Amino acid sequence: MLTNISNVLRACAQRNGAAAVVAARTYADFTTQATFEVKKCDVFKLDEAPATQVVMTRDEGLRYYRIMQTMRRMELKADQLYKQKIIRGFCHLYDGQEACAVGIEASINLSDHLITAYRAHGYTYTRGGTVKEIMAELTGRRGGIAKGKGGSMHMYCKHFYGGNGIVGAQVPLGAGVALACKYQGNNELCVCLYGDGAANQGQIFETYNMAALWKLPVIFICENNRYGMGTSVERAAASTDYFKRGEFIPGLRVDGMDVLCVREATRFAADHCRSGKGPILMELQTYRYHGHSMSDPGVSYRTREEIQEVRSKSDPISLLKDRMLSNNMASVEELKEIDVEVRKEIEDAAQFATTDPEPPLDELCNHVFSNNPPLEVRGTHPWAKLKSVS
Amino acid sequence: MMAAAARFFIRGANSKLSISGVAAGAQSSLGASLLKLSASCNSRTKTQRRHVAHFTFQPDPVPTQYGPTQKMNLFQSVTSALDNTLANDPTAVIFGEDVAFGGVFRCTVGLRDKYGKDRVFNTPLCEQGIVGFGIGVAVAGATAIAEIQFADYIFPAFDQIVNEAAKYRYRSGNLFDCGNLTIRAPWGCVGHGSLYHSQSPEAFFAHCPGLKIVIPRGPVQAKGLLLSCIADKNPCIFFEPKILYRAAVEQVPVEAYTIPLSQADILEEGSDVTLVAWGTQIHVMREVANMAQEKLGVSCEVIDLQTILPWDVETVCKSVAKTGRLLISHEAPITGGFAAEISSTVQEECFLNLEAPISRVCGYDTPFPHIFEPFYIPDKWKCFDAIKRMINY
Repeated sequence: MLTNISNVLRACAQRNGAAAVVAARTYADFTTQATFEVKKCDVFKLDEAPATQVVMTRDEGLRYYRIMQTMRRMELKADQLYKQKIIRGFCHLYDGQEACAVGIEASINLSDHLITAYRAHGYTYTRGGTVKEIMAELTGRRGGIAKGKGGSMHMYCKHFYGGNGIVGAQVPLGAGVALACKYQGNNELCVCLYGDGAANQGQIFETYNMAALWKLPVIFICENNRYGMGTSVERAAASTDYFKRGEFIPGLRVDGMDVLCVREATRFAADHCRSGKGPILMELQTYRYHGHSMSDPGVSYRTREEIQEVRSKSDPISLLKDRMLSNNMASVEELKEIDVEVRKEIEDAAQFATTDPEPPLDELCNHVFSNNPPLEVRGTHPWAKLKSVS
Repeated sequence: MMAAAARFFIRGANSKLSISGVAAGAQSSLGASLLKLSASCNSRTKTQRRHVAHFTFQPDPVPTQYGPTQKMNLFQSVTSALDNTLANDPTAVIFGEDVAFGGVFRCTVGLRDKYGKDRVFNTPLCEQGIVGFGIGVAVAGATAIAEIQFADYIFPAFDQIVNEAAKYRYRSGNLFDCGNLTIRAPWGCVGHGSLYHSQSPEAFFAHCPGLKIVIPRGPVQAKGLLLSCIADKNPCIFFEPKILYRAAVEQVPVEAYTIPLSQADILEEGSDVTLVAWGTQIHVMREVANMAQEKLGVSCEVIDLQTILPWDVETVCKSVAKTGRLLISHEAPITGGFAAEISSTVQEECFLNLEAPISRVCGYDTPFPHIFEPFYIPDKWKCFDAIKRMINY
């Protein structure tokens, strides 16, 4: 009988305009999963490629949407706070590249390890940081994820090694973490990210050699957003096929704006590493909407039209939303509800970040060394020393 | 509580200063964001007290002996020096990250258009590569001017500088040298730079014979010293105080001129205390000297060291022999900072002249902090306090 009623209601809805009657649609109406086609990845020194037909469930879709939307709103809020001078220093925003962080995290476990450079807010979130902690770290308050001592470029949490300022320096570190995983035999791997600019640093090649020689379980990921600060890849690199730069390391070129493509490629890469075959290199072709950092307008080396084009044709959140809506996996209202919730979460976090007190002054000298008992730190006055506790 | 008290202290201090043009300059970030800053002027008054610079720039008198002058700030004076070099020396080349469009601090604006893309060109992101490449260019006979984007990023190139550039002449018995190499890098605290945009690494390189290290205090000195470094037949590192790029404005000669290296500059003569500093800290010291004169009746001799290596031992020691007291100040951490070298040499040479132990007011032995910068830097109050103790010793 209930079915009859709902059928009647649905019939009425179709006559009056479906949009008006929300109540008639129950969650049972949505498709629980669907298969999607993703772009084929270019491969280098590999016999197989990641699958091009991928399955995504409704729950996964909603989850990815929520996480990406949270990251996007968080970065836009950081932009706002920076312009109000509540966040100071350097701030490198991740909007446009959300699909990379979400796709990668979807195919690894929280017990795996990840390290990246300074465009790290997104990864801090996917690795387990809360929006509150991240924003409080940006404003330098004691509630921040690094106790307010690191700022935008130095955020850390469990199995996430930052947050590194010096370009390229994090890559050998990532290989070291992978060595530890192999040594301890815990079947974990390390995802080691760097950008198209960093791909020309010497340390990266040293790391490729060590990782391949010792078959370390490391996934090297080059987030190619086409510009190393203000220099386009054509003007910086003799070869822009970053996935082939590993020479003796197999490589994949992945569409970094499609969360499902990234997820599938990462799954492929993770299997490769965990099966003991050694390192693998992934190039994610992605794009950042903001400039390199908040002091870079982002339009002196690229056109506004280019940015607009990417925003309208390849925005990761829009892509996911269209997919879900056209396959009847979610409703517009449901996604709007998520948007509203996300906005509230970001507002609360921003409120916390602006009102939380700064770290106490004694923190200035703490944690320089690991020491017991407290160390004395000399500084501006020879007769007045500060205490360093660690 | 202490944080609030200290902040009150700083607020109280700054109200006595004229902070007109300095605040805007000191707060400018990389690139052309000055327009953005002026637009948000209204919102600045509330937060302004926390972000005002710790010094007031004191311009040098207009130099009359080098010909017509033009108003320039620090980055413009650097551009002018580079312009003169490219014009007079056909082998000169400028390279580094992003120098082609003008550089992140605008030091190379217009040079590529004027002199061509084979003389002013970008390198990929590889400091070790940049310096190594620069050494090669210099050895082959061209004048190489390499830019490292921030002094904090110079460390991948440390091996090339210390092991290759500095030792080339020595190890080849004067057969080869890379004297044509000059490395420029923005240096020092900037108000919000945090760990990797604020460092002063002169002490690391001071430990390496074969290099020259030079740090100017303003546009007139910068142009003259940079031209001297380029002309000098030794590899030179030229650190430019980034907080002064826009804040420091002086009348600078348009033609090329040189200021001799390894000669310290006595800015103010005095009889009671010698103050030695370099770069941004000079402007702090000049204020300290005024404060000492007004409040304590103490006459201070202010010396700008200018060349860190090889440093002008004679000028400093002569001054200490006269005054009997020495205060050295720098932003870099105190342990192993360059003040230690000066202190050690002066006590060797002037032991019996000293009335009080030599005072070093420097940064704390911690990494350059993020949020704690105002408490970390050796500001004028800390220096003033040190003078008081020396006088009352």
